[in-house]
Amino acid sequence: MSDSKTILSTQNLAIGYKNKRTHKVVLSNLDLTLKTGELTCLLGPNGSGKSTLLRTIGGVQKPLGGEMRLGSVLLESVNSKELARMLSLVLTDRSAPGNLTGYALVSLGRFPYSSWMGNLDEKDEAQIHWAMDATGTTEFANTHVGELSDGEKQKVMIARALAQDTPIIFLDEPTAHLDLPNRIEIFHLLRELAVTSGKAILLSSHEMDMALTNADRLWLVTPEQTIITGVPEDLVINGSLEKSFARETLTFDYAVGSFKKESGVNRKGVYIQGPDILVKWTRNALERYGYGITTKETASIKINVSGELNSPEWRIDNQQITYKTIEQLLKEI
Amino acid sequence: MKEVGNIVLDTPRVHLKWQSIVWLALLLLLLFLLDVGLGSVKIPISDVFKTLLGRPIDNEAWQAIILKIRLPRSITAILAGAALSIGGLQMQTLFRNPLAGPSVLGITAGASLGVAAVMLAAGSATTAFSIHQLGIGGSWLIIIAATLGGALVLIAILAISFKIRDNVVMLIVGIMVANITIAIVSIWQFFSDPEQIQEYILWTFGSLGGVTNKQLGVLSIIVSLGVLFTFFLSKTLNVLLLGENYAQSMGLNIRRSRFMIIGVTSLLAGAITGFCGPIGFVGIAVPHLTRSFLNTSDHRVLVPSCVLVGGILMLLCDIISQVPGSQTVLPVNAVTAMIGSPIVIWIIIKRRNLKSSF
Repeated sequence: MSDSKTILSTQNLAIGYKNKRTHKVVLSNLDLTLKTGELTCLLGPNGSGKSTLLRTIGGVQKPLGGEMRLGSVLLESVNSKELARMLSLVLTDRSAPGNLTGYALVSLGRFPYSSWMGNLDEKDEAQIHWAMDATGTTEFANTHVGELSDGEKQKVMIARALAQDTPIIFLDEPTAHLDLPNRIEIFHLLRELAVTSGKAILLSSHEMDMALTNADRLWLVTPEQTIITGVPEDLVINGSLEKSFARETLTFDYAVGSFKKESGVNRKGVYIQGPDILVKWTRNALERYGYGITTKETASIKINVSGELNSPEWRIDNQQITYKTIEQLLKEI
Repeated sequence: MKEVGNIVLDTPRVHLKWQSIVWLALLLLLLFLLDVGLGSVKIPISDVFKTLLGRPIDNEAWQAIILKIRLPRSITAILAGAALSIGGLQMQTLFRNPLAGPSVLGITAGASLGVAAVMLAAGSATTAFSIHQLGIGGSWLIIIAATLGGALVLIAILAISFKIRDNVVMLIVGIMVANITIAIVSIWQFFSDPEQIQEYILWTFGSLGGVTNKQLGVLSIIVSLGVLFTFFLSKTLNVLLLGENYAQSMGLNIRRSRFMIIGVTSLLAGAITGFCGPIGFVGIAVPHLTRSFLNTSDHRVLVPSCVLVGGILMLLCDIISQVPGSQTVLPVNAVTAMIGSPIVIWIIIKRRNLKSSF
């Protein structure tokens, strides 16, 4: 972490949309720094302006005010050809044409470097091979992209960005339509790439849990339409995270680091006792039904869980009857 | 070939594709000879070869038929097939839409408008005279009118293309411009005499036979330049496969690329429409056939292949339209669609990889 340096920075940046009549500010007072060798996560609810920010600092959209620098150079003075060697994108649109092979798709990333007919030299090929190797997509080199799963396709798109050989990579919601194992895999991959290759990787996401576990730094969109930055844990502890995602019906669980919905009905307090893992899932079920879980043994209902993970037993208030499943327990309680 | 881990990376499977291109070229040559050899007048195959190789044959009438009628006709077929296919390929890639073709931007409609203006509106006596003097297809007047009409729409489209960022909007604008142009022609037809309409309709059937040797020189130069230019655009077309946003992020100048792609497509489509009439279908079908057969989206392979497949399809249609062994000649426009559509349906259903191309 010590040898990471700032590669992209903004000062008093304001972003939004402007045409003749309207002047809509989406986010303002942005003082951001993107560092090499780090995975930075731009975190915010849907519609909070994450994509607008990525487009603006990616040089696609003009800012409303303030300045942006790539290293020490003003972003506006960098032309699109130079920018293509500094910054690569992975976008949300699932647009890859199906009848390109994985290799052909990744090799498109060499566009800024290859000859005018798009022929690749040894350096290009070495970079492509490295990109596919680093993302674990070498096995898809001869597979048509249309035959890949969403997760595999996303990894190929990341490989394409790596092939572009830029010190900065932006990813717009890279895990948006992926299932949990794929999301975890992509986040891990990006974190590892940032650390091993020294690239500055910025991704936008609304998935708090993923960002908290994997990001080196958060850019958190706040309700005041600006962004605060910091190490994820700091932002949890000082309450920024709770504020930025706040909804009236949600409460932030500081122990878990995620929001939960408060059930409308408030039932009795329950005390659960037993092995940690079984307590956790029992609690999960009871909370859904509106029971308050307390740590006081004097609670009106006491539940005892015992046994192993694959043969648990529940007992209510030390009665004789035991329940083998949570379903039975919920019926009786 | 390179070894990476245990997996062999065959750097894009180009060898196989070049093989297919050689086969396509041979097929094109075969059909070309067939097209020149077959017709309403039976000419022995040995005499056909002799004439093509520039040796004199006894029957001067046969020699004239081959050199002045059949040869220009066959070459026109290849040029038309190549130009329209290349145009269609570029439009499908630029707009990332399987239904796009060279006629999608209204260039063909513009050319039709030009021809309609000459045939329907201008003093009917003079046009009728000049058309009958020179023959409908072979009239420079018609060619110039079609070119001007196409160019007019082209200028409008290019002007709009610089104002618009979004390719989808561009596509819709193009279709609408085409519709307006067609509507003007319809109104014109409504107020015209039946004889004039008949002549116009004859032109819309399309004809490969009207191009004279002199005109063929002009047409070949335009088409060759267009094809060559498109081949040089391969890299741009390839990166556009990922969509404008990615293309831009890799440093592609979207507006300039679009200008060039639309410009070269219009030139190709406009020239063919001017010389041969509005030939539909080929421009949409051939890129699909080619992608389906070769199973690639790499334009460095697709551009030359589309030229060959387009030429093959047009030659095939021309052979059929002349109904070998009879005196009848069917309109080429009807034949392309009638013969081509079932082939395309069959291949697309069989291959099932059309949808994944977009």
